[in-house]
Amino acid sequence: MAFYDGLFKTFGMSNWCGEKSSDAPMSMADLLAKSSGKEAEGEFFPFPSLDNLSESCSSIIQSRDVTKGIENGFLAAKPALKNVLDPITQPLSWMLDGALWLFASTPWFIMVPILVAISWFASKSKPVTIFVLISIMLLGLVDHYDVAMQTLSIIFVCTSISVMLGVPVGIAMSKSDRLQRSVVPILDLLQTLPTFVYLIPLIFLFSVTESKLYGIAIILYAIVPVIRLTDLGIRLVDKDVIEAANAFGMTSRQRLTGVELPLALPNIMAGINQTIMMSLAMVVIASLVSAPGLGVNVLRGIRNLELGVGIVAGIGIVLLAVILDRVSKAALSRVDMTHMKH
Amino acid sequence: MTKTPKVSLRGLYKIFGADDQAALEHVKAGLSKDDLLAQHKHVLGLQDINVDMQAGEITVVMGLSGSGKSTLIRHLNRLIEPTAGEILVDGEDVRKLSEDGLREIRQTRMSMVFQKFALLPHRTVKQNAAMSLKVRGMDEATQDAEAMKWLERVGLGGYENHYPAQLSGGMQQRVGIARALTANTDIMLMDEAFSALDPLIRTDMQNLLLELQDELHKSIVFITHDLDEALKLADHLVILKDGAVVQQGEPQGILLNPADPYIEDFVSDINRARVLRVQSVMQPITGTEFAGDVDIRDNLESLIGRSEGDTTLHYRVTENGEPVGELNMRDLVKALVPRLSSTKS
Ligand SMILES: Nc1ncnc2c1ncn2[C@@H]1O[C@H](COP(=O)(O)OP(=O)(O)OP(=O)(O)O)[C@@H](O)[C@H]1O
Ligand SMILES: [Mg+2]
Repeated sequence: MAFYDGLFKTFGMSNWCGEKSSDAPMSMADLLAKSSGKEAEGEFFPFPSLDNLSESCSSIIQSRDVTKGIENGFLAAKPALKNVLDPITQPLSWMLDGALWLFASTPWFIMVPILVAISWFASKSKPVTIFVLISIMLLGLVDHYDVAMQTLSIIFVCTSISVMLGVPVGIAMSKSDRLQRSVVPILDLLQTLPTFVYLIPLIFLFSVTESKLYGIAIILYAIVPVIRLTDLGIRLVDKDVIEAANAFGMTSRQRLTGVELPLALPNIMAGINQTIMMSLAMVVIASLVSAPGLGVNVLRGIRNLELGVGIVAGIGIVLLAVILDRVSKAALSRVDMTHMKH
Repeated sequence: MTKTPKVSLRGLYKIFGADDQAALEHVKAGLSKDDLLAQHKHVLGLQDINVDMQAGEITVVMGLSGSGKSTLIRHLNRLIEPTAGEILVDGEDVRKLSEDGLREIRQTRMSMVFQKFALLPHRTVKQNAAMSLKVRGMDEATQDAEAMKWLERVGLGGYENHYPAQLSGGMQQRVGIARALTANTDIMLMDEAFSALDPLIRTDMQNLLLELQDELHKSIVFITHDLDEALKLADHLVILKDGAVVQQGEPQGILLNPADPYIEDFVSDINRARVLRVQSVMQPITGTEFAGDVDIRDNLESLIGRSEGDTTLHYRVTENGEPVGELNMRDLVKALVPRLSSTKS
């Protein structure tokens, strides 16, 4: 005798509910109670949940039908989605695989000087450049050079794509309040969703052996700041200067490339810095779905309780993070649009 | 008047707000600015503006803060869209222009100088000065030559490779003026161009503008809230209040015959001796004995100095050496007393 039997009777819904058939699937609670050896004992006043209601009325679905329904819906949509998304995202796989191959097959004695040179030209700062050199050497010393390069190559590809897509989206948003209103909630969602949740639908859509699976996850997560700060940067450009540009008859294109983008550049660069850091955060988590790199070692540390392996990889990630942050921040601070300091 | 005006505004209205056309009906029916805001949440920017601006003259638009000066000047190059009325530049209605036509007119017919300079901070002084030519797609050599020519002319030779932030306010506004001159347009729009500068620099800049104007004879529309500045620069003075023109005309005339208390207030505390000129107070020649000759453009202050305060003297007024009238020191002293104080006492 279930608690809500009376309810359905008083409303004369017994017919709609149908015979209380005993072969209806058991609810989760029943199952648990049964396995622990006790007959399910009705609470004094159970919450009117789907499971509890369906005990009194078998026409009402159980909670697991809801999750099942979502899954089925997703599976039904999958072929169509896959047909569209697969070809579009295929280049991402190629780029990731290509970059992984390139970083791995370039010998270290060429790769390290290149990285140091890039740091120098981006930051023009001796301490930062020396720090980069020492960090890479340390990683190499404990035989983490290869995995670190894998991580770096993934970050390189994902950040580049985030910038190429994010900057135009940010520009479009800054030009249209309506677009901004509709995109901001999506960006909020992308930023607040727990990172693991991204992975679930992606695993369904793409096979775990494809690199684009983790590539998409990383880009979705990391693209947010570059979009936000491009939009913000352009909106913050001095209204008087924009007015002067209009008064002298600039086309909207001349205004964008000659005034708005250059003056928004410090903000855009700050966005890129954050995008890089967020790619790094995500590439570690993406090792769950077969992204190679330092994250794999962290995962191994957790799975097999190999404390040392996990900690060394963790320190490696911290080193990479500091390198990327310092170099991009130093590059950012060199961008001085107003030339106040001379 | 036989001259056709360079720019004329005909029945110009501007109402800020979503439903400006409906609000326009209320305004035409006589609703005031405050009531329009209170009852309909629309801001009355300009109402029924009719102004002719002559070629080669400096037209000064003056009014207190919020009177609609910036709104008015931004209608001339349609940085602000009017609610109703006509804006004729050389007889052509700016409102009827296509987007390309509008850009063309902004590039080649009008240039603008801004209160807060509005220079491009990431470009050098020279690049800023050359901005209008770059927008038009001129070659670099022309850009450089023109920009340098005008930078020299406004006294900024040697600063061409500095950035705006490295210059003082006065120098930045010189760049702003050079930028407008480089555009080589007939019409120059100046929105409180000197208001952000300190008094001494400001006087320098006013003199620079008058000097340039003597040479170039542009049609200048100059906005200011400072009566001294207005009187110094204006050939034609337009006084705005709450978005409407309260009086316009030749500045000395306005000073001597203010049309309403608002303007009387305005003109009551300026140094009239410095602003009024002999021309405004002279009489036809009647006497024969004169203490000396004065030029028609001299201001009254210089004359008081010359006469050492003696009010019994008479001077002969000359223009280009020819006698054109006489000046009695007694009339001069009377002209110095604003009407406001004479009616009160
Ligand atoms: N975009 C706008 N939306 C609503 N109201 C506006 C807008 N621009 C100006 N106004 C209003 O129009 C009126 C005139 O403004 P305007 O800027 O032309 O004044 P101004 O004479 O230039 O004053 P100031 O000396 O302070 O520059 C003011 O009441 C102002 O609040
Ligand atoms: Mg203003």
